[in-house]
Amino acid sequence: MGWYNKRLAKSIWVFHVSASPCNNCDIEILDLLTPKYDVERLGIKLVGSVRHADVLLVSGVINQKVAPMVKKIYEQAPKPIFVMGVGTCPSGGCCFNDSYNIVENREDVIPFDIYVPGCPPKPEAMIAGAAKLMEVLNG
Amino acid sequence: MIGLKLLLLLGFMLGTAVFGLIVGWVDRKVSARVQFRVGPPLLQNFNDFFKLMGKETILVKEGIHWLFIAAPLAAFSMLAVISTMIWVALILNQGFGGDLIVVMYLMMIYSVMIVIGGSSTGNVYSSIGAGREIKLLLGDELVFILVCLVPIIQTNYALQLDQIIAKQAENGMVIGSVSGTIAFILGLLCIQAKIAMPPFHIAEAETELVEGPLMEYSGPLLAFWKLNHHMMIVAYPLLLVLLFFGGFNLQGIGILWAVLKYLVIVVLMILIKNTNPRIRIDTALHFFWRIAAPLGLIAVILAVLGV
Repeated sequence: MGWYNKRLAKSIWVFHVSASPCNNCDIEILDLLTPKYDVERLGIKLVGSVRHADVLLVSGVINQKVAPMVKKIYEQAPKPIFVMGVGTCPSGGCCFNDSYNIVENREDVIPFDIYVPGCPPKPEAMIAGAAKLMEVLNG
Repeated sequence: MIGLKLLLLLGFMLGTAVFGLIVGWVDRKVSARVQFRVGPPLLQNFNDFFKLMGKETILVKEGIHWLFIAAPLAAFSMLAVISTMIWVALILNQGFGGDLIVVMYLMMIYSVMIVIGGSSTGNVYSSIGAGREIKLLLGDELVFILVCLVPIIQTNYALQLDQIIAKQAENGMVIGSVSGTIAFILGLLCIQAKIAMPPFHIAEAETELVEGPLMEYSGPLLAFWKLNHHMMIVAYPLLLVLLFFGGFNLQGIGILWAVLKYLVIVVLMILIKNTNPRIRIDTALHFFWRIAAPLGLIAVILAVLGV
């Protein structure tokens, strides 16, 4: 599988899942895909359908209303699939940590593989996160 | 003898696929340079293809499974036959009576395969995409047939690809005449619509229909759709080279000419792609029926008059 993982590392198609975010990380994700950062040179491409995705970019603290949808999106994605939590919310809950409507344990809803903390993280930080994923895939 | 022909088909099919993936890289790289980006590495399309081959294929519960699986594979075989016929006529100078008509039919059936694949999933977006593909086919098919009539008339009603090349070698290229020039420009736009390149990517509109007919495809089947797209960028411009530029002569300096003829068409297509936003389906039909079809008819009349 080493040969296949190297191909996968060079062609990561990302799908954007917003799981009740404050929209700040989503704006930064859109900035990431602009010509200035040019992630296509690394083989990263934004796709509109979850069936084509290799990495799910999940932004936001997952509240009880979207949790079933996020779970469904993860199940609809073709495996192997990786999940990247963008922003502090997926890893730590940020300032929404004590809210009444967020799920108890986010890892039960969707298994995160990699976290990119920051409120919001810079596009450079997200590229660094993707590079770490590529490092793991390349072995 | 049959073994040799099968080997030829396999060779041209694989050659077109590999060449197509490289031309697909040229497309992405030129687009990136137009937008002041660096662009993907040379083997990016190969990486994409092999990555998709290893992913899971998901069959939709409400869909018709055998049509869903058969459509991309049938479309791939259509393109294998089209590209083999064009390469055989260009390189080996062989053909059979009426093979241009067969090529035109197979190019239409490819669009029908997109419609079948899109409507077999039971997804709303895919169905809308399939409907748009039918409408676009209605638009570009009439113009494309008129465009193909011009070289046929100018080469003394030859319906055979190798005879069209031979006649053009005697009498000069079709594009040298007024009717040939009009037909070539219209043909370029028809090819653009058939490849579903911007501004005619109405069926696969990424921003509103999320790839339309391809939305539910994943894994190897999606890899075949992507490969089909790249094979079309090889086969259809080569058909234009054959019909309007008189094919090529692969000896000495002729190779340079061959590459130049092909590259002129591909670069023109990429530049049209990068400078035009997507048009609506009614605008496309208006363009093809009200503007392009009368112009095509004028070109045919001029060709009959010998201009």
